[in-house]
Amino acid sequence: MSLFQYDFMIRALVGALVIGLAAPALGVYLVQRRMSLIGDGVGHVALTGVGVGLLLDQSPVLTAVIVAAVAAVAIELIRERGRTSGDVALAMLFYGGIAGGVMLVGLSGSRSNANLMAYLFGSLTTTSPEDLVVIVVLAAVVLTTMVALRPALFAICHDEEYARVSGLPVRALNLLLAVTTAVTVTIAMRAVGLLLISALMVVPVATAQLVTRGFLGTMLAAMGLGLLASGSGVWLAGTANTALGATIVILAIALFLVVSVGVAVRRALARRRAVPGPEPHVEPCDVVLDSARRTTPDAAPTAGPVPVDLETPHRTAVRR
Amino acid sequence: MTEPVNLFQPEPRGAHTPRPTSRSVEPQGEVEKGSVVTVQHGVVAYDDRPVLRGVSLRIDPGEVVAVLGANGSGKSTLIRSILGLVPLAAGAVTLFGTPQRRFRQWARIGYVPQRMGAGSGVPATVAEVVASGRLARRGVFRPPGRVDRAAVAEALAAVGLADRAGDPVATLSGGQQQRTLIARALAGRPELLVLDEPTAGVDSASQDAFAEALRGFVTDGGTVLLVAHELGPLAGVISRAVVVHEGTIAHDGAVPEPVGHHAAPGHDHVHPHAPEESTGMWGGRA
Repeated sequence: MSLFQYDFMIRALVGALVIGLAAPALGVYLVQRRMSLIGDGVGHVALTGVGVGLLLDQSPVLTAVIVAAVAAVAIELIRERGRTSGDVALAMLFYGGIAGGVMLVGLSGSRSNANLMAYLFGSLTTTSPEDLVVIVVLAAVVLTTMVALRPALFAICHDEEYARVSGLPVRALNLLLAVTTAVTVTIAMRAVGLLLISALMVVPVATAQLVTRGFLGTMLAAMGLGLLASGSGVWLAGTANTALGATIVILAIALFLVVSVGVAVRRALARRRAVPGPEPHVEPCDVVLDSARRTTPDAAPTAGPVPVDLETPHRTAVRR
Repeated sequence: MTEPVNLFQPEPRGAHTPRPTSRSVEPQGEVEKGSVVTVQHGVVAYDDRPVLRGVSLRIDPGEVVAVLGANGSGKSTLIRSILGLVPLAAGAVTLFGTPQRRFRQWARIGYVPQRMGAGSGVPATVAEVVASGRLARRGVFRPPGRVDRAAVAEALAAVGLADRAGDPVATLSGGQQQRTLIARALAGRPELLVLDEPTAGVDSASQDAFAEALRGFVTDGGTVLLVAHELGPLAGVISRAVVVHEGTIAHDGAVPEPVGHHAAPGHDHVHPHAPEESTGMWGGRA
């Protein structure tokens, strides 16, 4: 294939693949704690970091990591308070971040418009070998952390109070997730752009959980899907000459639609094919309906011998 | 199903975090010495609205204490403040003789919340949830080992969910989800079990199995603190009842004598579907 005879295409492919692997590994935790859009918010603020970098003639990636990490920690501290006003505070942070970024990039010089588009929507093909090294190293760190700390991170995302009573360093782990989000957003900025990052964190997870049963399964499947979407995205973008970030995201969403339809079709077929088999083992009902008991007092619909007291006057069926 | 295992044996020493035999904590007052939990003049207020008004309580090893009370009496707040989930406005809590702020041996406590966390779209298997119970012993960085897997399998067997280990928790019934949470607490092999309404919404077969498991836990020297609005099959296991009423302790001692129909000999106290505000355990009070 002639597409990959150019070095910059090889670099684009490597960058896209490592980000496609790392972003869903983090995203599975964010989706689990219902913070799917946090990546989007941090992405908005990272643009201010890019603006600061361009203005001060520093590496925009470096300043973006710093500003995004500060913002992610601030968001986490607001979330921890659990107040409704946190919602408004987040909105301020997001829109302030993107507005500040656009202003600062504008102040920084004439080449700003092309730059702005590169950061907002990605430009992996202009990645230098040095950039690629930074992306690969940081992605490896993100991936290792997310995989190695899975039991603890799962515990705080699944039941934060229980994790606290288990003596886990809940706040430290939450801040770790926040900073990791900032790092992932900033490295993925070169591939899919700040406005499309969340898609790469969330869409593969959403696709995976259509078919998986457990958390580890979802995580691994999402990483596989992220790899597939970014790899085929680079090929398709190179062949059809489309924007790389947008192509990757469209492919990820297409995968979601295909899997959704596949699952729906399989369910429909299974329902049609279903024949009344042996009675499945049913968990005993929490409540015994009054009407059921009145007609068949000796055959309570339970699996085991359940002591039923028919004389208690105040028994009512209560749904819990 | 595997044969019944006694998972209430204490963790073998050195398996994971060794349990210190002689803890060298600062000198303590007489109140905390040898106790599992003490609360001294505990006050909790939500937005200046007092929920607990100067509650004092001491629980010794081997006790099985039920905190009873009407809804909104502050009974859940009491155990949440003991665990540090709700801050005290005044007063002090100690756990195993250590002031709660400095307490670090959380593996000695197994907590069973009222229900499974709100959950999310990401599925999790029963075994994955129960495995969280090992973190207090193992810590954040150590990957799960053979001891952890064995403890998870035993805990699942003890609550009768061994065959559901690989199923997503979302597909379980309410009673089975509650049993999953109990298994999670047992997997850590704690010395003190703290349960928030463990039998609310649990079918009576699960309640009986749970009472049996609790009895084994107590026989092996475990201490239990549980919140309940009704004791049901647990009544025989409870050694002491604390009744919370409007933020203060109204009764502390023997389990209040049930009256009327409840006092009939052989009455088994199973009301799996009794309404939340039913006539209380303590004297037919509504």
